[in-house]
Amino acid sequence: MYTLNRSRPFRRALSTAHRRHISSIPIKPITSVLIANRGEIALRVGRTASDLGATCTTIYTDPDAHSQHALSSPFAVNLGAANAYLDGERIISIAKSRGIVALHPGYGFLSENSEFAKRCVEEGLVFIGPPWKAIEAMGNKSKSKDIMTQAGVPCIPGYHGTNQDPLYLLEEAKKIGFPVMVKAVKGGGGKGMRIALHEQEFLDKLESAKSEGRNSFGDDVMLVEKYIATPRHIEVQIFADKHGNAVALGERDCSLQRRHQKILEEAPAPNLAEDIRQDLWQMARAAALAVGYEGAGTVEFIFDNDTNEFFFMEMNTRLQVEHPVTEEITGEDLVSWQFKVAAGEPLPLDQDAIARRIAERGWAIEARIYAENPNQNFVPDSGKLIHLRTPKLSDSVRIDAGFIEGDTVSSAYDGMIAKLIVSGPTREVTIRKLHAALQDYEVVGLSTNIEFLKKICGSSAFIRGEVETGYIQKHSDELFAPEAFEPECFAQAALGLLSNELISHASKIDHGPHAETVGFGRSSSRQYTFLSDGASGPITVDLEQSSSNLFQVAVKGSGIDQLFPDVVCEPRSPTISTFFPQTRIESTLIINGDKLALFQRGRQFNLTLALPNWFEKALGLKDVTNSVLAPMPCKVLRNEVAEGDEVKKDQPLVVIESMKMETVIRSPQNGIVAKLVHKAGDICKAGTVLVLFEEDGK
Amino acid sequence: MSALRTSKELLKLSRRAAKSHPQAPLPRAARRYIAAYTPPHQAKAISVLPTVVDPSSEEFKENARQMGEVMARLEELTKKIHEGGPPKAREKHIARKKMLPRDRITALIDPGTTFLELSALAGHELYPEAEVPAGGIITGVGVIEGVTCMIVANDSTVKGGTYYPITVKKHLRAQAIAQENNLPCVYLVDSGGANLPHQADVFPDREHFGRIFFNQARMSSMGIPQIAVVMGPCTAGGAYVPAMSDESIIVDGQGHIFLAGPPLVKAATGEVVSAEDLGGGKMHSSVSGVTDYLAVNDAHAIVLARRSISNLNWPKKEFPPRTTYEEPLHDPEELIGIASTNLRKPLPIHEIIARIVDGSVFSEFKRDYGSTLVTGFAHIYGHKVGIIANNGILFSTSSLKGAHFIELCCQRKIPLIFLQNISGFMVGTDAEREGIAKNGAKLVTAVACANVPKFTVVVGASNGAGNYGMCGRAYSPRFLWMWPNAKIGVMGSEQLTAVMETVGKAVDPELKARIEREIEAVFSSARLWDDGVIPPSHTRRVLGLGLMAALGGKNEPSDTKFGVFRM
Repeated sequence: MYTLNRSRPFRRALSTAHRRHISSIPIKPITSVLIANRGEIALRVGRTASDLGATCTTIYTDPDAHSQHALSSPFAVNLGAANAYLDGERIISIAKSRGIVALHPGYGFLSENSEFAKRCVEEGLVFIGPPWKAIEAMGNKSKSKDIMTQAGVPCIPGYHGTNQDPLYLLEEAKKIGFPVMVKAVKGGGGKGMRIALHEQEFLDKLESAKSEGRNSFGDDVMLVEKYIATPRHIEVQIFADKHGNAVALGERDCSLQRRHQKILEEAPAPNLAEDIRQDLWQMARAAALAVGYEGAGTVEFIFDNDTNEFFFMEMNTRLQVEHPVTEEITGEDLVSWQFKVAAGEPLPLDQDAIARRIAERGWAIEARIYAENPNQNFVPDSGKLIHLRTPKLSDSVRIDAGFIEGDTVSSAYDGMIAKLIVSGPTREVTIRKLHAALQDYEVVGLSTNIEFLKKICGSSAFIRGEVETGYIQKHSDELFAPEAFEPECFAQAALGLLSNELISHASKIDHGPHAETVGFGRSSSRQYTFLSDGASGPITVDLEQSSSNLFQVAVKGSGIDQLFPDVVCEPRSPTISTFFPQTRIESTLIINGDKLALFQRGRQFNLTLALPNWFEKALGLKDVTNSVLAPMPCKVLRNEVAEGDEVKKDQPLVVIESMKMETVIRSPQNGIVAKLVHKAGDICKAGTVLVLFEEDGK
Repeated sequence: MSALRTSKELLKLSRRAAKSHPQAPLPRAARRYIAAYTPPHQAKAISVLPTVVDPSSEEFKENARQMGEVMARLEELTKKIHEGGPPKAREKHIARKKMLPRDRITALIDPGTTFLELSALAGHELYPEAEVPAGGIITGVGVIEGVTCMIVANDSTVKGGTYYPITVKKHLRAQAIAQENNLPCVYLVDSGGANLPHQADVFPDREHFGRIFFNQARMSSMGIPQIAVVMGPCTAGGAYVPAMSDESIIVDGQGHIFLAGPPLVKAATGEVVSAEDLGGGKMHSSVSGVTDYLAVNDAHAIVLARRSISNLNWPKKEFPPRTTYEEPLHDPEELIGIASTNLRKPLPIHEIIARIVDGSVFSEFKRDYGSTLVTGFAHIYGHKVGIIANNGILFSTSSLKGAHFIELCCQRKIPLIFLQNISGFMVGTDAEREGIAKNGAKLVTAVACANVPKFTVVVGASNGAGNYGMCGRAYSPRFLWMWPNAKIGVMGSEQLTAVMETVGKAVDPELKARIEREIEAVFSSARLWDDGVIPPSHTRRVLGLGLMAALGGKNEPSDTKFGVFRM
């Protein structure tokens, strides 16, 4: 596939230049391993370790006591508090006391902590990862850039010096080449940042950035960097052994991001010229060799779509979340490579063999299934997975997950539920297969990005491979367009609710002729009322049952007025198959109190059952319009207003932290703050009152 | 049928086999006798009712056309009655955020269950001065939280829910059914009390208003729960419905209970008081204790009522599950082409039975004796029943056979189903000399004394003493339904004219027309001589629901003691 003629001699040159070395390092087999991580990666590592005959010991914290990784091994150690995965000394002492040979750090947590890697070695444990010195070198931004520059790897040009003379900065900008970005060193969130497209406007933009910096955070020290208008995130998976060999296992494009976190990763990178690809591979290998690397690593580049230039960003000294796409296009188990390298074995394949594999195997895409709400700026969610149905696994559909149905996604950790990895002969086929697999992926109990991922799969620019890190923002109109609900959705929801009730109460009802029409005149119907994001107002469904499986269904409201006569539906749960006059629709309805999730024709529809009009009064529920509630389990960071303050609508009231992210709670109305219920540091459940307003007239 | 055909073919085959392989007779000492195996489907084949009905025949089409007309009229009339009172009254009702009574009932019963409404035609064209749809009260059997209950709901859109004489009669009939069948009662009360212009026919007599509370007290004493939901006024005597109930629920701001309303109080004592303070939900639930639960609105009250029923600790009987029985082999919808509006034409009763019972399987008893009365065992929705059906005039033989069969069913505790199409017992010298009077009396005695649940469906004529022998209204069947073509009277209008002319009275056409009208099913049902007019094809369903009401819950089979049979 990539055996373009002009690249061949180049690659041959590379492979001869780096002929495989095998030195006489003693091989120390890894017979036991402590997996210092959680979730899917702990399970992933455990799977390969077991394949290699190594005994696995897992660790867990209190919130993770019943999680799948903790249950996966008979040797599981409780660390206690939620943050204990970071307690390196504790973990090392557990490994030592149990006589464990090696430690696998996974990703995140301690994986890129050079001090921890060093301590492992000091305590005589095999750290399955690079030498601590390499971690340290790559962990320091400026140091890593120096090393890379020396090794001939291009870094993003910029000036980070102390000379703030505008004319000097202009000279630096000229050296960098326009367009450039001026950014306040202390800035953030776009404040104190300007883009100068050409020389003439540089000084004006600089001054405006400086003044915004002064006004926003009282500091106007600026840095100048090359500005890349349509950047892509392309990274190269490298592997190095203790014998001085380094290979690139292809690249991955991880441009599809939200909140600066990847959600879709693919390999190979689309629309990338072969010579640039080879160049990237070579640079990545050079980077690895420059720091005396061992094991798995990823060299991240920022790629300028307009100029086809790429620049070194950073090197991740661990196995990454998205490693499965590389596994799919190479057909290799990277975790087993890690074990082999750590044991002192040489790399299993050389660069030529890898290139051949990649050329044969086609495409792979990974979609990260997250507990988050894309319609609320991807705010993280947590909760119990009350329903989980996954696509059928095959040679080309793979799921790496840490949860099963019934598990709880805790707010204490990252909200990634699973990774869905699909491979195919071409990119187009792979996208279609991914779309189909996502349509079979059903998750209920918390918000997920599955529907959003489906929309990306159907987005034409993505299908054409026109990816960039700003893709989601650029195509937000298309990706966040509300999707209309078909009237059949509501009909199915009502039929599903009735079916569920009939099935669960089957023992209570003696059937006989029940449900059949008896006597003259029409039988009366029952009304179900639903609310949904896709409709402006409530939607009612009138169900008239004329026999055990025959219904007249009328859907009304929000511009819908449709009657479905003689609808045939056998009561089943949770999946009903209904014959409408024109079509058959199969739907799965998952009922979670008032929240309903309906899966139908490859889409998920979220509906809410309206509360009966007597509900709040009968239950004595407080009128909550005069209060602001915590939207999710959180910690209060600070109150932005004081009691007695008059606030305007959308004014920040409270800043909370949830899932390691700050969220600003804004005022829903103009009013006067009567009470701030919680102070900084308080832990709140979802639905807790944070701010009370004074009632009207007081 | 297929079973029949197969066994016939097999028979042929085995004969052929016997012919082609003649066997030498075995020596006498070696001959052994053995029981032949009969597979169950062959055994069952003897009970499967065949059919000769041809839906393409002229007779069928003519019957279906005439029945269709009657049915269409009834459908239209019933729909109109289901709407309730005049549009203005209904709009006012809804504007007050009250649910219409039929919607209240739908909300009250379990989803996926059928409400067996009783006598929807009650009060139809009964009072010259007023239309009283459904008699101003909706009654019927419904399943609430798995418990089969009697539901009685006032319709306040009909003359403010006041009690006309027919309203009282319908309420009492519902209570009678509840008492006979051990059905917990739920009263959805929304009534202005007795209809004062009719007070003479509502208040004083034994079977009048006061009997409602008498029944409540007696049923409560028998362990039949009484639950009242007060959704409107309960004035004077009406106040006793919730007060005499085991548990009562009241809707806040909507239900009122007092022995005398504010105007009467003012007239009597000079006290000026609002209805809410005098007998509102808050007061009765927190001060007087007349009611036990306070509801926000109708829907909430119904949820509370359902909860009360769920706490009755009512026993549950296991009924045959759906998988254990089959629908009739022949389509019940064909009944409208079998039944006829011309009752002088004979009605092929086996064809009717074949469209009512499970799998059209009927174990006929004494088929060839007294064949004008058909008797036999069958199942309806898996419940074993004994069926007694007319197939002509009752003779001595048929009466004796009927009495015999009733004895069998009572001894075995099998419910009885009467399919009535009877013009009477045989008359004439021969009949009298055979003792038709005492033989008919045996049948009447057996019917009267039978303590098993009895159900009557009038599928054609119901005349003379035949009505008694076939468990007419006076013989207390648990339920009595009429087909739209059914006619009930001492005799048909033509016979009546003939008899009157014989005794020297002239019959004017007006009288004949009146008699004609008075024997119609709708006329009967309007006066509550039955529990409703049903589409023939629903006969199986209503009988099924009736059986479930009569056999479920606390109902236990009881013994029968017959009176003296004159021999």
